[in-house]
Amino acid sequence: MSALRSPYRFRPGQLLAHLVLLFLAFLFLFPFYVLLVTSVRTPQELFTPDFHWLPVEFTGLRYYIQSVTHSPVLTFMKNGVVVCAGILIVQLLTAIPCAYALAKYEFRGRDLLFATVLFCLTVPIQAPALPLYLGLNAMGALDSYFAMMAPFFLSVFAIFLFRQTFKSYPDEIIQAARLDGMSESAILWTIVVPASLPAIAAFAVFSVTAHWNDLYWPLIVVRSNELMTPPLGLAYFTDVESGENYGALMATAAILTAPLMLGFLMAQRHFIRGITTMGLK
Amino acid sequence: MSAAVEITAIEKRYGDTVSLRSASLSVRPGEFMTLVGPSGCGKSTLLRIIAGLAPQTSGEIAIGGEPVDHLPPKARDVAMVFQSYALYPHMTVAENIATPLRMRELPRGARLPLIGRLWPGVGERRARIREAVGRAAAMVEIDGLLARRPATLSGGQRQRVALARAIVRHPRVFLMDEPLSNLDARLRVAMRGEITALHRKLGATFIYVTHDQVEAMTMSSRVAVMMDGGIVQCASPAELYADPRDLRVARFIGSPEINVLPIDALVAANVGFAPLAAEWKGAAHAAFRPEALSLVADAPGLAVACRVERVEGLGHETLVFLRTEAGGHPLTARLPVGAFALFSGDSALAHLTPDDVLLFDGAGQRLDRRHVTPTGGYAHG
Repeated sequence: MSALRSPYRFRPGQLLAHLVLLFLAFLFLFPFYVLLVTSVRTPQELFTPDFHWLPVEFTGLRYYIQSVTHSPVLTFMKNGVVVCAGILIVQLLTAIPCAYALAKYEFRGRDLLFATVLFCLTVPIQAPALPLYLGLNAMGALDSYFAMMAPFFLSVFAIFLFRQTFKSYPDEIIQAARLDGMSESAILWTIVVPASLPAIAAFAVFSVTAHWNDLYWPLIVVRSNELMTPPLGLAYFTDVESGENYGALMATAAILTAPLMLGFLMAQRHFIRGITTMGLK
Repeated sequence: MSAAVEITAIEKRYGDTVSLRSASLSVRPGEFMTLVGPSGCGKSTLLRIIAGLAPQTSGEIAIGGEPVDHLPPKARDVAMVFQSYALYPHMTVAENIATPLRMRELPRGARLPLIGRLWPGVGERRARIREAVGRAAAMVEIDGLLARRPATLSGGQRQRVALARAIVRHPRVFLMDEPLSNLDARLRVAMRGEITALHRKLGATFIYVTHDQVEAMTMSSRVAVMMDGGIVQCASPAELYADPRDLRVARFIGSPEINVLPIDALVAANVGFAPLAAEWKGAAHAAFRPEALSLVADAPGLAVACRVERVEGLGHETLVFLRTEAGGHPLTARLPVGAFALFSGDSALAHLTPDDVLLFDGAGQRLDRRHVTPTGGYAHG
């Protein structure tokens, strides 16, 4: 009887679930915590045998200032923004019409095309890396923003994701828009796309995270310091500049991850709003 | 303002499945034509072909005497109201209603979101659109809701917005695809009246699709009954009820369903039908409406011995469900209320006047011999 009266979230099963979740959250957040705490204490503390949760000697913003003034961290960040935005914009411009055609039009070979899209999902970037490199080299486009972005302009994942989203969009609204005199592109961009913003935001998070954090491709095509993206820059910075200066290194890492964190939090709010305003037939 | 719609031998095939077979229909200007039939009979497909939303496999559509088969939906000057209302969810009610006019009246640049507002020289047209939206909204009594979004409206209100969006551009033909089927029963009755009133006010041609025979019978000038991808009969509601040309139409129209007995069963029930049956050459089925049966002891006509299965008192009338003693065929009688007390299990004599019998041949085609007299003679109906 008393078990029935106790609120749902205090039952033993719920408590256990929360303990497991808390443990997992700790597991995933701990490295990030070490990163942050290392950026605000002296590097010597890192090598003492006992672990302190809080810095013994608090260094404040010293390493952050060092990082911004002594390393090209802001350039790395700008490069990250340019590359990610460029990739995302072209991906959306190409994937949305493709996905709409696959979802809502009937034409010969549609199923074959869609099967090809699914097939391409299974191909990792490492597979066509060499031909892409040779192609970019032949164009003379190596060591440029374009070289970093071009292989990712067409995203099969986006086509697949948007196709699934558009497919569930009610046909009757599209037909009503046709009767109202809208062109096919107007229907897509002003009727269907606004309703699919949650899916687009979700994809944007995937795309930006992947390309902001990508080390592999920029490492292959970029040599100039002023074109380096955050992970490449960080790797370079570790080797050349800071060596032992873990405080500055961690401060740099914190600065370079911050935009992603903020972006994700903002997009997350948008997801929730998108989901709560949907469900209209 | 209103236009005739001429549908000639429309066929629609999806691969091997035939959805429409040679459907032909003439809709007169200003008429309220209802396409009614069970689900899957092709009525919605036909409506979409008229609108230009789906191409026909063969056949022709003409609106106002002009073939429109080559025209896209927007050029056909038709408006459509959908079962799901199909409102644009991210636009306000006013924007929803204004959309068809904005598409026609405003240049492309002025329709752009945000910067479109700054487009020069269209202020007067915008004002005209606002006025037209106001008039259309007033006509369906939603002027108070113009700033709301569809998600915040009830089903009935959404349906009115959909109607206003159709009204606002004064199309020659209104196409309605089961517009009332998502509403609750009470609202459906009210909207039925409003749509017919709207039809009278606008004077435009309405083509209305429904699976609900009550909607078809109460709203239409004429009803086209569709079965298996073809139009079986097109007539006024009264004529469809009294004079169905096909057994399927007879069964579909009218509630409770028409009684159908094989001629043999009729003879088995009362040998008095035997001489008539000899006259009814080619007839396989006798059909009669529930109100043709009388359970009063001295009623005219020939008696059929029955057992009462169930009695449903509806207040203004009573439905008695019977089974014939010979053969156990189900029959339904519609009786004025309170004349007598009957209980399930009782025996009863159901009296049937041969005049009320409709005859159908083995293929379900109506035989033109309606007025049959007990003496055996008949006249062509």
